[in-house]
Amino acid sequence: MRLRLTSGVCDEIREHGARGYPHEVCGALLGREVDSDGQGACREVVAVLPLENRREDSPRNRFSVTPEDVLRAERAASERSLELVGWYHTHPDHPARPSEFDREHAWPWYSYVILGVDASRPGEMTSWRLADDRSGYAAESIEVA
Amino acid sequence: MAVRVIIPTPLRPYAGKRDHVELSAKTVGEALSTLIAQHGELRRHLYQDDGRLRSFVNVYVNDDDIRYLQKEETPVKDGDTVSIVPSIAGGRDAGSGATKEAAE
Repeated sequence: MRLRLTSGVCDEIREHGARGYPHEVCGALLGREVDSDGQGACREVVAVLPLENRREDSPRNRFSVTPEDVLRAERAASERSLELVGWYHTHPDHPARPSEFDREHAWPWYSYVILGVDASRPGEMTSWRLADDRSGYAAESIEVA
Repeated sequence: MAVRVIIPTPLRPYAGKRDHVELSAKTVGEALSTLIAQHGELRRHLYQDDGRLRSFVNVYVNDDDIRYLQKEETPVKDGDTVSIVPSIAGGRDAGSGATKEAAE
């Protein structure tokens, strides 16, 4: 599976992560499924919607997006003739790998981008999709266009 | 009662790519059971192993969250819309530093 991000999208996620450090930040990924390059299915993210992390009790290691914010992200996507294709969040001072908590709370189909932010510096960015049986994740390769 | 169940985007691949289903039910619980009977792969994404709805699965009857009504016993009537709406949550594993961090 491939996830293509525009360089502008990458920059926005990194800047959001740096601004929010040492807390986790989160946001929506807006884009579309494409198959224009003959290399098979690819999901393209052309915009992001930074959101409030609603986990005020433990923002250093938890994030939460309310159903109201999910609906707002869907409307934002629809207004731009895009789809809500996934979510990003940061792992401050922690690897950009999905945790067990991430897995327990994940939805299938969505792309989950994780950005590691070490000492306020954005680092590795990865992307993942939950397996159909919820047992784990499949990594998506990230391309920056 | 004839109700419409709205399928959120991430679950549509497991519901024949449909964004909604029309079915007959008397309660929210019956509507969800009927939905799962028609599309069995939805069960693991909607329910925990103990039979409870997953915490990040939000269900509304029209505009009302069933948590504030009678939960899955909430009755439905002809023309109602039952919407399944995601919450999104996650976060890194708890660290070993001095800062108190949630495990949940």
